[in-house]
Amino acid sequence: MTQQLHLAVALDGAGWHPAAWREDDARPTELLRAPYWADLVREAEAGLLDLVTIEDSLAIQTESYSGYDDRTDRVRGRLDAVLIAARVAPLTRYVGLVPTVVATHTEPFHVSKAIATLDHVSGGRAGVRVQASGRAHENRLVGRRELPGTDDLLDEVADHVEVQRRLWDSWEDGAEIRDVATGRFIDRERLHYADFEGRWFSVRGPSITPRPPQGQPLVVVLAHEVRPVRIAARAADVVLVTPHSGEDARSEVERVREVEAAVGRAEPLLVLGELLVVLGDTEAEAADRLARLDERAGGPLSSDAEVFVGTATSLADLLQARAEAGLAGFRLRPATLPGDLRRITRDLVPELQRRSAFRTSYDGGGLRERLGLARPDNRYAPTGARR
Amino acid sequence: MSRPRKQIHLAAHFPGVNNTTVWSDPRAGSHIDFGSFVHLAQTAERAKFDFFFLAEGLRLREQHGRIYDLDVVGRPDTFTVLAALAAVTEHLGLAGTISSTFNEPVEVARQFASLDHLSEGRAAWNVVTSWDAFTGENFRRGGYLAQVDRYERARTFLETAHELFESWAGDEVVADRASGEFLGRADVGTFAHRDRHFDIEGRFSVPRSPQGRPVIFQAGDSEEGRAFAASSADAIFSRHATREAGQAFYRDVKGRLASYGRGPEDLLILPAATFVLGDTAPEAEEIAHEVRHRQVSGPTAIKLLEQVWNRDLSSYDPDGPLPEVDPDPREHTVAQGRASVRMHRDPLATAREWRARAEAGGLSIRRLMVEVSARQAFVGTPQQVADEIDELVQTDASDGFILVPHLTPTGLDEFADRVVPLLQERGSFRTEYTGTTLRENLGLPALRTAAS
Repeated sequence: MTQQLHLAVALDGAGWHPAAWREDDARPTELLRAPYWADLVREAEAGLLDLVTIEDSLAIQTESYSGYDDRTDRVRGRLDAVLIAARVAPLTRYVGLVPTVVATHTEPFHVSKAIATLDHVSGGRAGVRVQASGRAHENRLVGRRELPGTDDLLDEVADHVEVQRRLWDSWEDGAEIRDVATGRFIDRERLHYADFEGRWFSVRGPSITPRPPQGQPLVVVLAHEVRPVRIAARAADVVLVTPHSGEDARSEVERVREVEAAVGRAEPLLVLGELLVVLGDTEAEAADRLARLDERAGGPLSSDAEVFVGTATSLADLLQARAEAGLAGFRLRPATLPGDLRRITRDLVPELQRRSAFRTSYDGGGLRERLGLARPDNRYAPTGARR
Repeated sequence: MSRPRKQIHLAAHFPGVNNTTVWSDPRAGSHIDFGSFVHLAQTAERAKFDFFFLAEGLRLREQHGRIYDLDVVGRPDTFTVLAALAAVTEHLGLAGTISSTFNEPVEVARQFASLDHLSEGRAAWNVVTSWDAFTGENFRRGGYLAQVDRYERARTFLETAHELFESWAGDEVVADRASGEFLGRADVGTFAHRDRHFDIEGRFSVPRSPQGRPVIFQAGDSEEGRAFAASSADAIFSRHATREAGQAFYRDVKGRLASYGRGPEDLLILPAATFVLGDTAPEAEEIAHEVRHRQVSGPTAIKLLEQVWNRDLSSYDPDGPLPEVDPDPREHTVAQGRASVRMHRDPLATAREWRARAEAGGLSIRRLMVEVSARQAFVGTPQQVADEIDELVQTDASDGFILVPHLTPTGLDEFADRVVPLLQERGSFRTEYTGTTLRENLGLPALRTAAS
């Protein structure tokens, strides 16, 4: 049987090419407005995609690692990704909503209840992509002076997720009993303290927000190298990897499996491959588009992910071939929005459907279920009682 | 020519996690399902209310070291619900309580600026300070602050947030396809703030939002709270819904504005108020009586009494007399996570007053607690309630009210259907939204923008 692919789309500003905002169909003056995001997410849903991610960062966008780049020719300024996801949730029914959250500096208590609430508001479609932020200019936004090393930052992310997860479980399902006879609104035996104590924070709990519909919203980590893979294996449900070839994909997946074994993880991570896509009706048109974008950007596109340039048909070939390396699917970064998103939903998806490699309708159920992940038992519930 | 009639401002408070909310009513719905929030917000918008309001509490309340289970427990994240409500409403203001204690200015400013963009100018922030190490146990930067430091930190937090909101003038994004200039200048959002509480700098990531900044609310009755509101807020929530107390508060707070270079129109005074409607006055009284008894069950009466007595009173009969023993005047240890325990600063005096009242009326613990915790500001027919609200506003006891229904989520329906039309007939309440932002609908003066 043909492998069914999972497809996510990464939404960011006007798209992932720095000159995307200059395209004819771009809406560069609307990037901070709800209708823009609603149209993008509805387009993703019309294409039956599994989920959208929404990029974010504490600091304003920059291409310089060491600080602000002072560029005026790129999109600068953005909205909080969790709030964008919440804003579009009531306007959609099926597509997963996975905002990016900075998991250093921020309060795990706030993030946990925000994602739990997104799950309640969206009827079980929430996830969170956690990312570390530890550059000097980012630290100064919150008055942090010390510059932690990568290992410390990643440990802080892992602790952050651990607290989020404990808080999601801190209410057992059905803890709200509304027992009029005894006057008890909740059964407090079914509420639990998280009692987390770590290097960066200690959090008592329980959450103020009842357990989300999915039990545990989806946790996603992008991993370019082995250390974040370890964090993903400890903390995430989905890991995003950036192979640049089929061979690469195979070794990335192998590495994920090795790390899973090393940290004693039971359920395998869902591994999605990353691709930045520039699509066209013909190979030549796609190449022309990229050339035009590059020229406007003043240089060739560079990305941590492999850049695919071509038709939807050849992209479908590549995805299917690469999936054989053990990828469950892909997160595609459209070079331009809405242009390349539409080519994904209107060209790539039908092509994959013709090959019986992609769903032809949404079934009910939440995001985890769509990705084939079980609703986790509550870590605090008595054994055997799946509450 | 006569002065135009003073316009009433009305808000809908999502029922909270105290005993005002009657969850035992068979009609009571979920406090978590988004549908409940949609119902109340859309009812408020249908009635042309100014805004929807969602409170926040960052730790579940405890009594005797155990989670308090007699009231509604559990609530959503404020920002997330307000952003989602922006999708199902068009004009209604979206106000939320956000603590200045357990957040960073950059984060909160980012979130409010985002909410203001995503709602096209409808965001409002009720700035509160948290008071206890108990709540702080949920946060990395949590912990106790003395009262004077709390307002000092809240003031400087808000000042810092304003600097962030003002860090973009609003004309920076040019997005000129032809020239390739997205920004008109490179150093957008630059800020630096240094004081005893915050030492931060950088570039703020959210361009200026439709209102420039969220509408700022303040709640708090203390001297520091009133001064904070007079200096920095656009509206103050108060507890003074009766005429004399309301007028005194109104005069006091509005009188403080001049010393901050502000006029009386710069700050709205909006007391919280509950209401019970009936077809006749006696029917309304009867329903109000029933609601009060549902709000104060026997077990709830004992718990409320413990919050003043600071003792374990679980062995007392709620239908019996008040305890002989006096309150424990030492540091309050019985109830945690509750602002109301601070209202009784002299528990011995409160006990004396309550004993006298109980003896005079022959009241049991429960009946006394029903009396002293009675919260309904407005009880009567729709006509009576409309008259009373209008009278209070026209005589400067308030600029309007934040209505707190006791039923979730349908508790505002009857008010919207039966009272609001009467206020509109009198010419005291809008029949259509006239502003495009919450600030405009509240009739607040335009901000002096950095760009202008």
